[in-house]
Amino acid sequence: MIECKNIGKTYVNGDMETHALRDVSFTINDGEFVAIMGPSGSGKSTLMHIIGCLDTPTRGEYLLDRKDVAKLSDDALADIRMQKIGFVFQAFNLLPRTSVLRNVMLPLIYAEKGEAERIEKAKEALSASAFPEKFWEHYSNQLSGGMMQRVAIARALVNDPTLILADEPTGNLDTKTGNMVLETFQRLHKEQGRTIVLITHEPDIAEHAERIIHIRDGDIVSDSKQHKQRLAVNLL
Amino acid sequence: MKIQDTLHETYTALSANKARSGLTILGIVIGIGSVVAMIAIGQGASGSIQSSIQSIGSNLVLVMPGQQRGAGASPVSAGRGSAMTLKQEDADAIAKEVTLAKAIAPEISRRYQVTAKGTNTNTQIVGTTSDYPIVRNLEIDTGTFISDMNVRDLARVAVIGPTTRDDLFGAGADPIGETIRIKNVQFKIIGMTKAKGGSGFTNQDDMIFVPISTAQRYLAGDTYVTTISVAAEDPNAMATIQQEITDLLLRRHNISDPKLADFQVLNQQDILATASSITNTMTMLLSAIAGISLIVGGIGIMNMMLTTVTERTREIGLRKAIGAKRRDISIQFLVEAVMLTFLGGFIGIVLGWLISLLVTSLSGIATAVSTTSILLAFGVSASIGIVFGYYPARRAAALNPIEALRYE
Ligand SMILES: Nc1ncnc2c1ncn2[C@@H]1O[C@H](COP(=O)(O)OP(=O)(O)O)[C@@H](O)[C@H]1O
Ligand SMILES: [Mg+2]
Repeated sequence: MIECKNIGKTYVNGDMETHALRDVSFTINDGEFVAIMGPSGSGKSTLMHIIGCLDTPTRGEYLLDRKDVAKLSDDALADIRMQKIGFVFQAFNLLPRTSVLRNVMLPLIYAEKGEAERIEKAKEALSASAFPEKFWEHYSNQLSGGMMQRVAIARALVNDPTLILADEPTGNLDTKTGNMVLETFQRLHKEQGRTIVLITHEPDIAEHAERIIHIRDGDIVSDSKQHKQRLAVNLL
Repeated sequence: MKIQDTLHETYTALSANKARSGLTILGIVIGIGSVVAMIAIGQGASGSIQSSIQSIGSNLVLVMPGQQRGAGASPVSAGRGSAMTLKQEDADAIAKEVTLAKAIAPEISRRYQVTAKGTNTNTQIVGTTSDYPIVRNLEIDTGTFISDMNVRDLARVAVIGPTTRDDLFGAGADPIGETIRIKNVQFKIIGMTKAKGGSGFTNQDDMIFVPISTAQRYLAGDTYVTTISVAAEDPNAMATIQQEITDLLLRRHNISDPKLADFQVLNQQDILATASSITNTMTMLLSAIAGISLIVGGIGIMNMMLTTVTERTREIGLRKAIGAKRRDISIQFLVEAVMLTFLGGFIGIVLGWLISLLVTSLSGIATAVSTTSILLAFGVSASIGIVFGYYPARRAAALNPIEALRYE
């Protein structure tokens, strides 16, 4: 469960202050599929970094599973990320010249899991993200964008996280492959009950979630449940 | 992260940039290679110098002419050893008064042109006495050495070294009874010494021995001697003998201040120590130069690692985002640096070994790459990796994951 209470984030560069987040409060319960939507520069990524324990807020309180993470050390935050959070980035961020399987295993390698468990979990995760088995031993840089993002999703799933954070996951993909990715998220949410936070600047994409938090200039403009979720149709 | 995973990551990273990795370790290869070669050659050279010093005799005290000083405030110095300050009488006095000495052999040696039937050579002629073989560990192969009677009678007889025999009469020939001419004086060969092996710079196999009295009368024309070799009964007596000879000669030469002595009394152990300190200094000096190459190599590694950290900023950010701790990142980059220097060290050892083999085959100096120097080389290259990899690794570990992921 995510609880943000009056969170603010101010970047100071020399004597220039940027208020990326002003006063943001919301709660996301386990099992929700939420989109955070807003124009470029509105503070979406900043918010995701705080939720994902990559960064700490300047003001306010952030509780992840009722635990205040603001005062934790870098390494303690790394532990939380390892155990509870899976990231999907716009730029995929896979390791080149490294096989698909090993890319997916990477979080388990840092978690010092045994060889057998790693392989088993990685294969499960790849199946869950609908990544075709015949490419498992391929190098990540030999794949198409859509395939790369599936590997990234599998990597985000492999440590069995309570929370999946995706920052503009379709930003580098065409509509068709973007749809495939959204379909994967919806399926993971429905079948596995994963908590998913999807960040996007496009309303079309945001409508695939159950709830949309709309932010602008570092403040929440609206926070509404969608009664009718748009379904990602596999156009392929 | 487990160690085998770290090694896997290191291998992937280094093999992604084979050419760059190869060029970067060149400095380490050259540095380690020259240190290994230096040590091998230095130890080989010092070994051959030591064995050649030991081969001149055992428990030996050598008396040699020192600097001959003119009177007055600024002494005019002739070259060390070239002075003529030791006389036959000095040798006789030592023989009579230094009772601890086992044997004494004065000698007068100089190079002369030697001719035999149709052949000639230029070699060292040593005028000496019957005790010379005892003092200098010389053995007779055929015939006899110079006897006391030969010395008393000014006999024109010679004992020849095997190398000189080869030069004058051909290998395997029996030289006994042949005549040779030195400075137009005829000598009859009465014996040949056993080969000692051409060790080092003074080849004792290429010499001709004649009675000292004959050499003084017919060859040198005076009664000076160039060296008096004194053999002690055992090593403990050497210091006493050295002191007794010094006192005796100072008295005989009417010199009150030992600093002004016109002779020098050398102990074989001192010569050994001096020689090995010279070779040690040379080895140290050359190794220091090689050490500089290692530092330059280390800086090259650091430079490459810093470039790598910058290039892989995004990757570092991703690793941190999925749970890598500072320690994981710094160890990964440190291991990369150490792997590079280790590889460089390994190739360097092979290179150094090849160089010392080459030196052995070209110069004949017996070189040996010791286990110690291999361990040293590995230790040094690992340390260079750690020292020069530390800063880049820290830089990588300290990267903020957000900044790193944003990095374009
Ligand atoms: N490290 C930083 N230093 C200074 N300003 C920053 C930094 N990161 C983000 N910002 C600023 O904060 C604001 C919000 O950025 P961001 O959260 O990336 O927006 P979004 O993801 O919605 O496009 C922007 O004005 C951006 O320029
Ligand atoms: Mg953004």
